[in-house]
Amino acid sequence: MKKLLTISILGAAMVAGTAQARDYDHVRFGVDVPYEPMEYRTPDGELTGFDIDLGNALCEEIGITCEWIVQEWDGIIPGLMSRNYDAIMSSMTINDERRQTVLFSDPYFTPPSAWFAPADSELEDATEESLDGKTIGVQRGTLQDNFATDMFGSVASVSRYSTADDMVLDMEAGRLDILFLDYPVGKSTLLDSESRDYKVVGEMLTEPKEYFGDGFGIAFRQRDEALAERFNEALATLQDDGTYDEIYERYFSDDE
Amino acid sequence: MELTTWFTDLLDGNLIFTPQTLGYYWDGLVTTSQLVFLSLLAGLVLAVPLAIGRSSRHRWISLPIYAYTYVFRGTPLLIQLYIIYYGVVFVDGIQESIFWPLLREAFFPALIAFTLNTAAYTTEIFRGAIKATARGEIEAARAYGMSNALMMRRIVLPSAFRRALPAYGNEVIFMLHASAIASVVTLMDLTGAARFVYARFYAPFEAFLFVAAIYLCLTFAILYFFRFLEKRLLAHLRPA
Amino acid sequence: MLDLQGYGPRLIEGAGVTISLALLSLILAIVLGLLTASAKMSRSWLLHKLATLYTTVIRGVPDLVLMMLLFFGGQMALNVATDALYDRFGVDWYINLNAFAAGVITIGFIFGAYMGETFRGAFLAVDGGQIEAGKAYGMSDWLVFRRIRFPLMMRHALPGLSNNWMVLLKTTALVSVIGLSDMVRVAAEASRATHEPFTFLLPVAAIYLLIASVSEWLFARLQKRYNVGFGGH
Repeated sequence: MKKLLTISILGAAMVAGTAQARDYDHVRFGVDVPYEPMEYRTPDGELTGFDIDLGNALCEEIGITCEWIVQEWDGIIPGLMSRNYDAIMSSMTINDERRQTVLFSDPYFTPPSAWFAPADSELEDATEESLDGKTIGVQRGTLQDNFATDMFGSVASVSRYSTADDMVLDMEAGRLDILFLDYPVGKSTLLDSESRDYKVVGEMLTEPKEYFGDGFGIAFRQRDEALAERFNEALATLQDDGTYDEIYERYFSDDE
Repeated sequence: MELTTWFTDLLDGNLIFTPQTLGYYWDGLVTTSQLVFLSLLAGLVLAVPLAIGRSSRHRWISLPIYAYTYVFRGTPLLIQLYIIYYGVVFVDGIQESIFWPLLREAFFPALIAFTLNTAAYTTEIFRGAIKATARGEIEAARAYGMSNALMMRRIVLPSAFRRALPAYGNEVIFMLHASAIASVVTLMDLTGAARFVYARFYAPFEAFLFVAAIYLCLTFAILYFFRFLEKRLLAHLRPA
Repeated sequence: MLDLQGYGPRLIEGAGVTISLALLSLILAIVLGLLTASAKMSRSWLLHKLATLYTTVIRGVPDLVLMMLLFFGGQMALNVATDALYDRFGVDWYINLNAFAAGVITIGFIFGAYMGETFRGAFLAVDGGQIEAGKAYGMSDWLVFRRIRFPLMMRHALPGLSNNWMVLLKTTALVSVIGLSDMVRVAAEASRATHEPFTFLLPVAAIYLLIASVSEWLFARLQKRYNVGFGGH
């Protein structure tokens, strides 16, 4: 009886899809905010950022409509699998671990990962010796989390955050010694911030590939190959006709 | 010897429960236990004088204490934790003070929030127990010429503690469960370990069922401990 | 006046989410609680065991862990089922569990266990003579339940019910951790973005206190109603 009830309540939350491999004329993107400048919200709640603008431009090029659904990072792949949305466009790095679960588009952006610390920090490089006893901030479940945990988890303490915002706030509060994140995000939220001076520590990393993968891609469900192909074609078109560069300039122009 | 080979065999080929992740669960168990035990202890120490004050006839003593318990029992612990964790940073001069090395860690803000929360609940539990003291006991103590303080110490509190025991046992279990939110301020407690394993392997069932089983065992251990205490201390109240 | 820096409308929306989430889960919890109490008192061995397992496990595990298990794991289980449906039969039918529905189901499911205990105690406290009297009048079982057993039971259940509701209300704050934009989440997001935690968290705490005070008053009135006929204080 109890089961019956649970099922019927589930029923109230159900949406039945149409039959067979779908021809999408409307795509829902899952996105984790804030991750400035890739995806973030203005105070009135509107979504903006590089991924958002590029995603909208891609949809326009393909001739479909799209919408954005906010989902916290640690539930973002399960959310795709459960069809809460049809694709993920949220600074997701293409790597083998994720390839087992999802289908990636061609990479649309390839940023390195970088270490950030306050400008007056004595940290000059990120090695096992220098990070001994330090507190490293990362976003939970990211490739930076995996790398920092495996390389430095035994000497340093790794603090994991649900959003990049939490992490930056704790950095400013002085709770963290060093942050490890995608370079453009660190540049926008730390280097360009006015509240405190920050520096990049050591080398920016793109290797080993086992951790750092092949750049950002749009993730689809394995079976939506046709959809991924349409996005790949559109991406190539936008890169040729200058639209991509225009969006890039909007968020990553260095001459400010 | 056989046991260890059996154990390594079991872990072999298991992608999720590796020695690394089991280490996280173990550290999580230690953090959870410390957090819960220390906050309960500090909360208990705070709650006794607060409960006596709350039972006072002077409104200027009892009212502020009532306001404190009302606010802390009427709002979610998560909000209290956020306010203390993010709030301490904005206290002027705190980052230069001697307390900063402690407050900088997530552990102490969490400990403060949990302590204030459990102290509020425990105060009300004790107050109820003090209020329920039999009139005859008080009159007898008075007849013996005991002072208020002596009566409180010898007569009222000992019997109130015993009466409070079942309710306090529930509070201990409540704190154990409430401590799961420590993971939102980066603490790697039991739930923090589970969230790490989940995020890394996308394996919700393994990550959360395992930790649920640990919590269940802890809950039962507490439950039986308090049953045992009740049996020992409340023996005289049992129907003959 | 309080300067909410443009977050005002989203905070109000969040408060709406909190309140509707709490009320819907309360309804689900009461229904599950009544079913559990009946199962526990039933003569069926299996029903009794199932209900006991449910109340024991739920009350032994933190709400947040259950919430994550049901929210993340529940989705994955549904996927496996619907993917199999697609692969075997080519039926692309799927269940889309949004965060709000997941929150209602999880909180309702958790508090159903607590409600079950409350209702069981209350049913047992009802004087059997009254029920026999009802039967003697030729009332059907359902009529006895509606006219006698339920109102009498409610009198005993109300204190526990009120207590469960207060705890449930505070538990709704946890949905902010699994990603639902209730008022706690909006306040936390705003605090981080503006670096002014007190501006947003204190008003939200005040709203919780307000809801708690209003509910206390309502429950006191209800209690008075169900106490009618029992003489009194």
